[in-house]
Amino acid sequence: MCFDVKRLCKLALGPVLILMSLVSTGAWADDSKMNQLNMPVSVTEVGHQIYDLHMLILWISVIIGLLVFGVMFYSIYYHRKSRGVTPATFHESTTVEIAWTVVPFIILIGMAIPATKTLLNVYNFDDAEIDIMVTGYQWKWKYEYLTEDGENVMFFSNLRTPASEINNTEAKGEHYLLEVDEPIVIPVNTKVRFLLTANDVIHSWWVPELAVKKDAIPGFINEAWTLPTVEGVYRGQCAELCGKDHGFMPIVVNVVSRSEYDDWLAAKQSEAAEIKQLMAQTFSMDELVERGKAVYDRSCAACHGANGEGGLGKAIAGSAIVVGDVSGHLDVGINGVPGTAMQAFGGQLNDVDMAAVITYQRNAFGNNMGDMVQPIDVFNHKKG
Amino acid sequence: MGDHHHGPAKGLTRWITTTNHKDIGTMYLWFSFSMFILGGAFAMIIRAELFQPGMQLIEPAFFNQMTTMHGLVMVFGAIMPSFVGLANWMIPMMIGAPDMALPRMNNLSFWILPPTFLLLASTLFMEGGAPAAGWTFYAPLSTTYAPPSVTFFIFSVHLLGVSSIMGSINIIATVMNLRAPGMTYMKMPLFVWTWLITAFLLVAVMPVLAGAVTMMLMDVHFGTSFFSAAGGGDPVLFQHVFWFFGHPEVYIIILPAFGVVSQIIPTFSRKRLFGYDSMVYATASIAFLSFIVWAHHMYTVGMPVAGELFFMYATMLIAVPTGVKVFNWVTTMWRGAMTFETPMMFCFGFLILFTIGGFTGLMLAIAPADFQYHDSYFVVAHFHYVMVAGAIFSMTAAIYYWLPKWCGRMYNEKMGQAHFWVSFVGFNLAFFPQHFVGLAGMPRRIPDYALQFADFNMLSSIGAFIYGASQIMFLYNVIATIRSGTPTSEEKTWEGAEGLEWTIPTPAPYHTFETPPAVK
Repeated sequence: MCFDVKRLCKLALGPVLILMSLVSTGAWADDSKMNQLNMPVSVTEVGHQIYDLHMLILWISVIIGLLVFGVMFYSIYYHRKSRGVTPATFHESTTVEIAWTVVPFIILIGMAIPATKTLLNVYNFDDAEIDIMVTGYQWKWKYEYLTEDGENVMFFSNLRTPASEINNTEAKGEHYLLEVDEPIVIPVNTKVRFLLTANDVIHSWWVPELAVKKDAIPGFINEAWTLPTVEGVYRGQCAELCGKDHGFMPIVVNVVSRSEYDDWLAAKQSEAAEIKQLMAQTFSMDELVERGKAVYDRSCAACHGANGEGGLGKAIAGSAIVVGDVSGHLDVGINGVPGTAMQAFGGQLNDVDMAAVITYQRNAFGNNMGDMVQPIDVFNHKKG
Repeated sequence: MGDHHHGPAKGLTRWITTTNHKDIGTMYLWFSFSMFILGGAFAMIIRAELFQPGMQLIEPAFFNQMTTMHGLVMVFGAIMPSFVGLANWMIPMMIGAPDMALPRMNNLSFWILPPTFLLLASTLFMEGGAPAAGWTFYAPLSTTYAPPSVTFFIFSVHLLGVSSIMGSINIIATVMNLRAPGMTYMKMPLFVWTWLITAFLLVAVMPVLAGAVTMMLMDVHFGTSFFSAAGGGDPVLFQHVFWFFGHPEVYIIILPAFGVVSQIIPTFSRKRLFGYDSMVYATASIAFLSFIVWAHHMYTVGMPVAGELFFMYATMLIAVPTGVKVFNWVTTMWRGAMTFETPMMFCFGFLILFTIGGFTGLMLAIAPADFQYHDSYFVVAHFHYVMVAGAIFSMTAAIYYWLPKWCGRMYNEKMGQAHFWVSFVGFNLAFFPQHFVGLAGMPRRIPDYALQFADFNMLSSIGAFIYGASQIMFLYNVIATIRSGTPTSEEKTWEGAEGLEWTIPTPAPYHTFETPPAVK
């Protein structure tokens, strides 16, 4: 059992490496996202408070760790048998025990005070200027801006990364898995309150730079808020395991100037009004197919294949449902197939888009049915 | 042991019908090791898929089954049974008892386990796949939205609970009734103390888990809506019930590990444990606190601020008794005469890495900061520091420490040291970078990730493969020791070892302490 210095150096190497990396966690200086070591710099005041709290506890931990491990390594070096020491016989000391109970307790109080302050701030939901209802779906987010005039703006936000990038047949883009077809837009320097719930299972809405993470739970409405002070695009993800595509339901928030936000909201409102008008119209086959193809690529292709060949979902080409009775086809589209991954799209697509995509499916991929579905048909089907 | 008139039966019947604590302990240990390999294989699949961004090897649905099964098998199949096995072997030998108090129940509580895990593993081959809602199986993902195999999972959990409760009752009965004359409670080795407290925790919380899964069963099959908001139920109720079990559960895992470390550090420091009494009180305090901190796993569910504050303060308090333990271990080393055999090396590994896990635990306790850490890889890193480097490192230390006593042969020290260093480096390479990606915003339980997390994930996978491979060294070393290790018949394998288990012959005969020893 004889140990030389070389051996002890080896012994010390591992812990030293860990401590070095611990310290480097604090001393990070690189603000590029690649290989980021620490929390991103928040664009909210609460986020800065949380960051300071995080660093405070980290540094207290590092200091205590250095002291404890320092004593341990001192012992390992000087109090080893190979140096010919004889072991001391002391044990038990009430004074020492009281000291190392009381001192940590005092340090904890020192941590609890700023933590309590920050927590109370996080829980201050008052005086929000904008309310946005966020609903988690398997596996997408629905956003609804609750406006005072009742003309709510509602849309779904889906992953935009194509399957080809996920399956490695195409090079991955810069914002791989963190890009959506329709981001949520909020104005800078404005307190925005999120009301979170879910349609199916529990999700969690997390955007690190906005310092928001809150669970979206079916049957509950949770609150969270943010007040970003810097314009920009902030990305996040669902944080609560919600099934197969939990990793594929990102969040993108565009923080823009107040005037840009007002323009955007007005555009969305008139778009909604336009859809309302369109619902009363009758479309030609070409119009329906053109619109339907766009809807198909956005909402169906991920599971049913870009050419209706199927994949996770059944093939559309030659499907008995698609080439069968229109009302059966509408039923699957609107209500989904319970117990399978086929969701109810009735609440996700407006009647125009639903009519278009059903028409498209019935007349594409060799399904030459020749029939059309108009928005009014969808409306009537929903009414029963 | 051959010349003893009460030798073991021969062949397979010995193992099926045995009521001998050593046989049952051995079976528990081998069983838990095989589950460790199985759960490890699941982890290797997870890390292989996460080696690079993009989906390469498996489908997202199967990935979720892997994370779920990895957690369940490691917690319920590997760590818990391994410490029960250690308790079976060591508690009677440490308190001078001839066997466990309830030997037939002991046999049953072991033999429930293999069929239970067969049942659990068989769900992988069922229609719809294995349960995929994570080891915490939050409703309604685990009920309304679960594959049909969830019913088999529920049955497995019930059986595991039965096994654990029987095992715990046995340990309580043994420690309370079979201590040798003179061995008062405050003279018991710390491993016995920590297990006694653990056993009470188990008896208290396993029925709570059984309640949770029974409610799930009702929701799935009998039309109730405990956890379904659509029927007036409450999905958050599931989390409260689960974590009321789940938080004590993590102390169930770590307290016996504390016990092991408290046995080994004094041995190789050749100095008495500093502050035995305060170690006992600290263990009891941790056990008590474990019942009032459960909702710190749920800071983001939308609790009222008063609830958040209560659970935050209570959780921070755990740092006090845990600190007392760490300080006591280090002070035990102070001015000792240390040597650095493999068990001691694993205890150093435990001490350093568990302390780091404790620090990140303190960070996680701070509710507002937890809003950023929660459900990120930071949490994954944290609990692997306490579960792997805490529980599994100490278990490994225990095996090296007592193996010579069990089989009368010495393990290969060089290989043991190599095992330590390879697993120490592999472990840190696997889990330290996970702190970084978690802080930077990578959620846990995702099969694919954004490009900025790629490098650290690759490092993490390489580390995981190294750590996985190091377990093969461990297996080889243990088998080589049993078959052809250098024979030793010294009663005290280690110079500084204290305790009744070192007063009996080596290898430990089939029956020990048929007449109780006298304890001064």
